[in-house]
Amino acid sequence: MMNIKRRSSTPETPPDMNKSPEGTGQAPGSTDTTPAIRAEGLTVVRGPRTVLRGIDFTVPRGQITGLLGPSGCGKSTLMRSIVGTQAKVTGTLDVLGRPAGHPELRTRIGYVTQAPSVYDDLTVRQNLDYFAAILAPGRHAADQRHADVTRAIEDVDLTGHTDALAGNLSGGQRSRVSLAVALLGTPELLVLDEPTVGLDPVLRRDLWQLFHDIAARRGATLLISSHVMDEAERCHRLLLMREGQVLADDTPDALRTRTGSDTVEAAFLHLVDEAVAAAAREKETAR
Amino acid sequence: MSSTTHPAPPTALTPAPSSALNLSRTLATAARVLRQLRHDPRSIALMILVPCVMLFLLRYVFDGDPRTFDNIGASLLGIFPLITMFLVTSIATLRERTSGTLERLLAMPLGKGDMIAGYALAFGTIAIVQSALATALALWGLGLDVVGSPWLLLLVALLDALLGTALGLFVSAFAASEFQAVQFMPAVIFPQLLLCGLFTPRDNMHPVLEAISNVLPMSYAVDGMNEVLRHTDMTATFVRDALVVAGCALLVLALGAATLRRRTS
Repeated sequence: MMNIKRRSSTPETPPDMNKSPEGTGQAPGSTDTTPAIRAEGLTVVRGPRTVLRGIDFTVPRGQITGLLGPSGCGKSTLMRSIVGTQAKVTGTLDVLGRPAGHPELRTRIGYVTQAPSVYDDLTVRQNLDYFAAILAPGRHAADQRHADVTRAIEDVDLTGHTDALAGNLSGGQRSRVSLAVALLGTPELLVLDEPTVGLDPVLRRDLWQLFHDIAARRGATLLISSHVMDEAERCHRLLLMREGQVLADDTPDALRTRTGSDTVEAAFLHLVDEAVAAAAREKETAR
Repeated sequence: MSSTTHPAPPTALTPAPSSALNLSRTLATAARVLRQLRHDPRSIALMILVPCVMLFLLRYVFDGDPRTFDNIGASLLGIFPLITMFLVTSIATLRERTSGTLERLLAMPLGKGDMIAGYALAFGTIAIVQSALATALALWGLGLDVVGSPWLLLLVALLDALLGTALGLFVSAFAASEFQAVQFMPAVIFPQLLLCGLFTPRDNMHPVLEAISNVLPMSYAVDGMNEVLRHTDMTATFVRDALVVAGCALLVLALGAATLRRRTS
């Protein structure tokens, strides 16, 4: 009697109910609470230059983190380190619970380089078909690949250009083909290096809509670099970089409040002035 | 842009892990390289037709001396595929390096072996077509007098093509631009061309040059062709020559794989 009553009063939740479609900062079905990216004392040397100088930060899962800073501050190098294509990386860099560059991560990360990296002499669909075949090879996956490629083309709004050669597309369209490649295989972490550069305002708005959708519905983590400060307002969190160092790692609201600024741009400039002043003081005391 | 994005569909791809050599990924890469070429019919025409035109030209350059045409023609049947594949592969892989697609692929679960084997397979296929046409034209159109089997000519031509692909792949790692890559052609190919025995038998050369020619793979490619020219059966020398060319091709392919770095600065 007791047993039956208890069972009926607390019905077990079917596993599907746990998966919130809107996402709560977790990948669907994932209970992993480790950050998506964790860096400690991360240093990268390129030739004679130290590009990243012992930086520490974490990127939480299921959110959009903006990586902002002037060009040449080390954004791209940091992204290359995260996806594991950068040489001479020292310090700790864990990505999705593994050391960056671990072979297992190659199927779990989508990466878009600053310049569109697609084959100009293939059509949009042929490009995506090939990269999909690398992610999920074999005849048995052919139907899945086809569905995935079609979805990725829809995601970046290139359905009307499926059979156009990538080389004949406009700059913005080519970078969207490059983005579509990264969306294949539903990666847990998307690393996007200036994905909206050179795009018109409507397209930029739509892409940011897509990024938020990917974070919310697919529970993916996005790390997006930009040097356009107004895009910062659209991120959940911000990493502000300057000269190979992290100036701030916070939410846009907190940044504005802390610096007493109206915009993220003003907050950034405030932090830069502070850093410059601090460096000058250090020099002064060293004398 | 579709503002309503689909949630992760149940049919989402389940990516397979990477491995050293995966047949499907190799075949996909080869198919992709060939598909790229298909959008470039002019290159295909040049690759396939130029050797035939050269042989045709040569036949009538030595109009009064068919014996010389036999010697040089057979050698050239081995040299053409090597040169064409060297050029095509060095430019193609250089483009892959500079366009960022190589970096993207190596950040994906593509093995370096898949990449190399895919290229070798794709250009090997082109080489078969090219060599078959050139050999057929030389034998039946231009009256090249070969004692041995035309299949053996084709085999050596194919091995030469593979060697050319391998050399091109390797060399592309040291070229920063297409401009430089083309300059590697005279640097890598011409010395071998001079020393391979095409112009004069190798044992007539200065001993130092003969010694150098002994370690250059093209010498064995030309020797192999000449064996087929003169002997009905597969001679021991032919087998040695074919093995040397194949061995060199594999060695250079392995070196080429070593130049593909997942991490670059």
